[in-house]
Amino acid sequence: MTQAELNLATTSDMVELPNLRRSLWDRRSLTSAGLSIGTWIAALVACVPLFSVLIMLIIRGGSKISLALFTELPPTAFEMGGGFGNAIVGTLVMVGIASILSVPLGITAAVFLSEFGPTTKIAEITRFCAKTLTGLPSILAGVFAYAAVVLVTGTYSAPAGGIALALLMVPTVILTAEESMKMVPRIMKDAAVGMGCTQTQVVWKVVLPTAMPGMITGVILAVARAAGETAPLLFTALFSNYWLIQGGKLEVMQPTASLAVLIYNFSGMPFENQIELAWAASLVLVFIVLVLNLVSRAIGERKI
Amino acid sequence: MATNTGQTIPDSDEPISSPPTGSEVLFDRIFRGFTRGCTWFIILLVIYIVVEIGGKAFPAMKEYGLSFLTSTTWDVNKGRFGILPEIWGTLYSSLLALIIGGFFGVTMAIFLTQDFLPHKLQMVFKNIVELLAAIPSVVYGLWGIFVLIPIIRPACDWMNAHLGWIPFFGTTLSGPGMLPAALVLSIMILPTVAAISQDSLLAIPPRVKEAAYGMGTTRWEAILRVMVPTAAHGIFGALVLGLGRALGETMALAMLVGNSNQISLSLFSPANTLAAMLALNFPEAGRNETQVLMYAAVILLLITLVVNVIGQVIITWASSERGSK
Repeated sequence: MTQAELNLATTSDMVELPNLRRSLWDRRSLTSAGLSIGTWIAALVACVPLFSVLIMLIIRGGSKISLALFTELPPTAFEMGGGFGNAIVGTLVMVGIASILSVPLGITAAVFLSEFGPTTKIAEITRFCAKTLTGLPSILAGVFAYAAVVLVTGTYSAPAGGIALALLMVPTVILTAEESMKMVPRIMKDAAVGMGCTQTQVVWKVVLPTAMPGMITGVILAVARAAGETAPLLFTALFSNYWLIQGGKLEVMQPTASLAVLIYNFSGMPFENQIELAWAASLVLVFIVLVLNLVSRAIGERKI
Repeated sequence: MATNTGQTIPDSDEPISSPPTGSEVLFDRIFRGFTRGCTWFIILLVIYIVVEIGGKAFPAMKEYGLSFLTSTTWDVNKGRFGILPEIWGTLYSSLLALIIGGFFGVTMAIFLTQDFLPHKLQMVFKNIVELLAAIPSVVYGLWGIFVLIPIIRPACDWMNAHLGWIPFFGTTLSGPGMLPAALVLSIMILPTVAAISQDSLLAIPPRVKEAAYGMGTTRWEAILRVMVPTAAHGIFGALVLGLGRALGETMALAMLVGNSNQISLSLFSPANTLAAMLALNFPEAGRNETQVLMYAAVILLLITLVVNVIGQVIITWASSERGSK
């Protein structure tokens, strides 16, 4: 269309407006609609596994749930009944050890990354290391703890398992803590400095309290992940059919049971009773993990 | 200064602000040094992990050298070790999982970001995807053994009977095998791919899409020709990180892949992966085999490290490129 024609078109009232409506049966519309339907189907299919897992857990694990599960020891081969009380205790102890090791370390490192030297070379390297650790296969955390702890102390133990889990928690704690400390508004920090606070006081009195919800979210997510990990525990904590507390005192330097390893061991056994227990243990484990996730979400949302 | 404050706030002798005292400054120094020390600790930890695993593997590396990577036998009694089948199984299962999980993950990301859903429903789907990531892998393994394998077995046997001449369907599914392992693996990487792809799709300024619609595109022309290409680096990074996750995943594979030391194209034949081999053999390994397994761990570490670093670099590059525009 030349300029003259265009002028003519705009000045003339006779000209027809182009039809901007696309026919529903146009090839392009059909393609678009077809792809949209395909996307809906794919999205629904992607949700099927979650519901299938949850339903199976409730059907096969739920029927088995009783108080005895939480108070009794795992059964031996042909024994009936039994529970996994020691595995729950073991999981709690090892996740506890992992949290004690990883949370203070992770948050302190994150303070440096976000407040004291966010652009320094060492901060960049640390951030890179943390991201690399995120991708560390969990089995390698186990291999490391085996080499560094089990071989040195000479025994499978709860601390060995805890150290392996800590290794997997550290990067999550660092990265989420750094992220939530960065969200603290700059003016709040400036105001504190203007009042004569040292940078340390700014961190303790302004940054940490303000960023607390976000950091707790990160820590809970890391705990939830650690609670479900199996691979790092296989040959660091091994498994045990006995209580961690024996004769009234806590003895941690011995093989320790955990829910995740119990599920793995029992799933491969040819005994119906053990398989039922594996399902029940899965239900308990998923319940714990989902509750932790919901809690972290509730805390995280309150922040905003 | 002090007299000034005294005039405006007569009741108080002390100013509302004061410079830090000596002990506060000292504490500040110490605390800052301490946080710096913690960052150093993280870096040293990563180095220590590599050195510790590498050091324990060193005797085996010296003894078996590179033939370890190309040999296919694993015989503890004869002292002959090779992990070619495991490397093959690791790559094959991860690629299969990446194809399936990547497809669903990216589709899910598009579904959640391109106004397919009202806000409430969008949050529901988002939570479902996040919960998918929260379920422990050992539970997926259990589910795979007792739910997935029985469900897919008839279909697999039918395909083997009728399409057996295609190498992918060359054997029957006798229980654990490559396909169930890859399917569960794809479920596990879907959330990773979906989450990171979503971030990069959401980072596109709304005016880009508005411009596309203004040109008269249909929804899918806008998505496929404008949105996805704009977010391509981020989506590619998401796929690479998903691959990294698949390569290192252990439990689901140890439970589902069948622990068989063979190389086969067939989707239904049992196989083995590096991570699964470590999980299955480590607890009962003798001294010599432990060293060899450490060597395998080094290989796994190298593969995942390379893939993850590439993924991180792509994502960093993609987001900085967007930032500079």
